[in-house]
Amino acid sequence: MCGICGCGEGLTHSHDEQHEHDHSHDHHHHDHDHSHGAEHAHAPGLTQARMVQIEQDILAKNNRYADENRHYFSQRGMLALNLVSSPGSGKTTLLTETISRLKEEYAIGVIEGDQQTARDADRIRATGVPALQINTGKGCHLDAHRVGHALESLNLPNHSLLFIENVGNLVCPSAFDLGEAHKVVILSVTEGEDKPIKYPDMFHAADLMILNKTDLLPYLDFDSAECIRYAKQVNPRIKVLSLSAKTGEGMESWLKWLRAELELQRIEYA
Amino acid sequence: MHEMSLCESILQTLEQQAAVQHYSKVKTVWLEIGALAGVEIEALRFSFELVVKNSLADQARLEIIDIPGQAWCLPCAKNVVVQQLYDECPLCGSHQLQINGGDQMRIKELEVE
Repeated sequence: MCGICGCGEGLTHSHDEQHEHDHSHDHHHHDHDHSHGAEHAHAPGLTQARMVQIEQDILAKNNRYADENRHYFSQRGMLALNLVSSPGSGKTTLLTETISRLKEEYAIGVIEGDQQTARDADRIRATGVPALQINTGKGCHLDAHRVGHALESLNLPNHSLLFIENVGNLVCPSAFDLGEAHKVVILSVTEGEDKPIKYPDMFHAADLMILNKTDLLPYLDFDSAECIRYAKQVNPRIKVLSLSAKTGEGMESWLKWLRAELELQRIEYA
Repeated sequence: MHEMSLCESILQTLEQQAAVQHYSKVKTVWLEIGALAGVEIEALRFSFELVVKNSLADQARLEIIDIPGQAWCLPCAKNVVVQQLYDECPLCGSHQLQINGGDQMRIKELEVE
């Protein structure tokens, strides 16, 4: 059984629910036969249909797991980042380059989300840090529950840096809180500067945008300033870093940001 | 986006609440969906019908309560209505907007038996 959600218990729980169902079905039958045994809840003269207030967020369950994850991170002084982008923006290369520069200073772990294959986790492991692949199968995003289980398996030391590389998708992952400190959206300059307004949900949800593959700018018509303007239009608070994971240009600012954020996680608030 | 998983999440809530609120059939579901929630209503209806098949909410009616997008404009210091996350303030044209309404997706109430 899992310590975070008690998955094992879920089975017995639904068994109980089944019992409840049986009961209310019996009850139905009695009512139909004619409300003889109306000693139960239903008042005579009222139809069976009734209104029930729910008032619950559709994503409430995911949000509860996200809160558990957040608690896990804060207790251990860990920095968790949720990396989101479209497929092919260079997330995995950015990660391997980042890890090779920071792994002597910090304990690092990676959770990789992809629909299929363990190729990305294999690339990360080649850098010498632990990586766990989650295949979402039909799913288009990681959810907080699966990340919670991945955390248990990874079992990272205190003050670690955890990268969660989400499924390449600029739409769905924006709605699913994983308990991370920040969503970091990565956009490569080969994609077109209007991505932030075409997929506003993601850029609205992110705190940092990384403009990647800047080494290709001389060969493209990409207008960086315009792209940043669009991003700020959707999210006035978003911060932007330009870099090339391949050549290393601009990487120093990204590492500086990571170190500062890691330092913040060490603060013990009252 | 991901309307299918939203519907699976809705069904889970309906099933959990069945035991708590003592019902065995859901006839109507009212959802509050904000204009900025990123939910495609038609896709949601389509997925809902499929997801609830053979469940306690089989053939349940889906009623959507639209909630307009709302944001606090910093320069104007007042709430304004917005249609999109990238909209400018309709009064002053600024993008210094903080979304404070219309991004929700909630199950409001149910008609059950």
